[in-house]
Amino acid sequence: MDSIRILLLLIAAACFILGLKLLGKPETARKGNMISAMGMLAAVLGTSLIVWEHHGSFWPMSIAILAGAAIGIPTAKRVKMTAMPEMVALFNGFGGIASLLVGWSQLHLFMVQEKAASLLFFAGISIFLAMLIGGITFTGSLVAFGKLAGHIPTKPIILPHQNLINGAVLLLVLVGAVVFGFYPDQYWIFLIAAVISLGMGITAVIPIGGADMPVVISLLNSYSGLAACAAGLAIQNTLLIITGALVGASGIILTNIMCKAMNRSLANVLFSGFGASSPNAAGGGSGEKREAKSKTPEDVYYLLEAANSVVFIPGYGMAVAQAQHAVRELADILMENGTDVKFAIHPVAGRMPGHMNVLLAEANVDYDQLVTMDDINPIMDTMDVAVVIGANDVVNPSARDDPNSSIYGMPIIEADRARTVLILKRSLGSGFAGIENPLFYADNGYMVFGDAKKTLEAIVSEFKED
Amino acid sequence: MSFEILAFLFMLSMFLGLELIAKVPSQLHTPLMSGSNAISGITLIGAMVLAYNQGSTFALILAAVAVFFASINVVGGYLVTDRMLEMFKKKDEKKGGGQ
Repeated sequence: MDSIRILLLLIAAACFILGLKLLGKPETARKGNMISAMGMLAAVLGTSLIVWEHHGSFWPMSIAILAGAAIGIPTAKRVKMTAMPEMVALFNGFGGIASLLVGWSQLHLFMVQEKAASLLFFAGISIFLAMLIGGITFTGSLVAFGKLAGHIPTKPIILPHQNLINGAVLLLVLVGAVVFGFYPDQYWIFLIAAVISLGMGITAVIPIGGADMPVVISLLNSYSGLAACAAGLAIQNTLLIITGALVGASGIILTNIMCKAMNRSLANVLFSGFGASSPNAAGGGSGEKREAKSKTPEDVYYLLEAANSVVFIPGYGMAVAQAQHAVRELADILMENGTDVKFAIHPVAGRMPGHMNVLLAEANVDYDQLVTMDDINPIMDTMDVAVVIGANDVVNPSARDDPNSSIYGMPIIEADRARTVLILKRSLGSGFAGIENPLFYADNGYMVFGDAKKTLEAIVSEFKED
Repeated sequence: MSFEILAFLFMLSMFLGLELIAKVPSQLHTPLMSGSNAISGITLIGAMVLAYNQGSTFALILAAVAVFFASINVVGGYLVTDRMLEMFKKKDEKKGGGQ
């Protein structure tokens, strides 16, 4: 029995490793996910064997699994692609709370069995870390979920002396971890720290603005893995350690990619409360204010009709307006018209890594038409029309030209270098960071005001009337 | 099992993870995140073991709640990821059929 169990757990670990590897390539990604799910099944079966051996029954656990599945399956099936960021955040939080509970359950058991006092330093620390990281992941993910779903304002919310207080609390908790490592029978330290960890998740994510969400989600993703890993150390489960570390590492890589795409350090994203702290930088250095010109859908029709090449640059506004299907329809018409159509996607466009790719895939946009920032910028001068749909900071020329701007140095899609730039937007309002966008006032820039979806549909109907 | 072995296992797995996912194209960022998120629900099996201890009812309840949350994470995470990847795949087939 034991050797079957070990074999199953080995298979599980191999499946997770292989699955993650395959997830990194477009052709094999779906297979990778399936293999990883098979690994999870093997892990659950292997663990069930021990449970069966020792207890001869499955009932409390199987009910908990079925209840979880009963909630997870319909939620996953129903969620809209536009709501994917908050869904991922929520699931991530559940993984976090599970790790906290595992640490707590293990400690409680040790207390009852009077084994806690004799725990090794590392065992104590591991239990503590499973709780700490799990707790931060849980409430942090819930706040991220709230922000992404629009339940909590996405503007950065900064409390007075936020960083000082956060730093002091973190230091306190780390001291608590060491003390608990030496005295693991001091249950109260654990319980107080658990409450603090839940508070820390909230205070850590509340000050972070909407456009920084890709970084936060990636980081929380990494934490959920590390929490599982700590839980594995706490209960001495090798599979948890291996798997948790794999997820932790993949989260770190994604976090790093997102930070690079914004030309900011992780510390800057986490602690600066970007945008809220620098109102003076908003105007930028250029000084004089120009009038923004606007175009009607009819004007846009004539412009697009005559264009040889068009690049669409989607942003979070496209997700909000649910405009991805309308964009695809317009793109199809343009292609039939003989126009070269591309979609240029900035790595941090939207609210999670790859957000725009998911939405455009949902709308059946051909994968070949999607291009990255690095591919489109060198040929931007040759583009007749750039259509910016609900994107703002990722096309803001200040990031390239204005050293005083708070986003200076962030790599952008240089939409302003196209012959004509159309900006589909509700109003002239600035992006989340409150930074003004000179693109709106550029000589070749035209605003097309209104809901992006309605605007696009209006343009499509102009084409159809023709 | 000694903590020495477990700690080394942790370190090696971190390096393995960094190597595995070092070069991921941007269109796979979301599926990768959501897929690895599902994998992080592995806490499920830790909770399962604890849910059968015989020392404490309270510890058992904590573990059962952990099993519940981790199951949502695992089941929901894999399904959502598959839905996303299915959309990507559909287009590959369409493209293949057209050529």
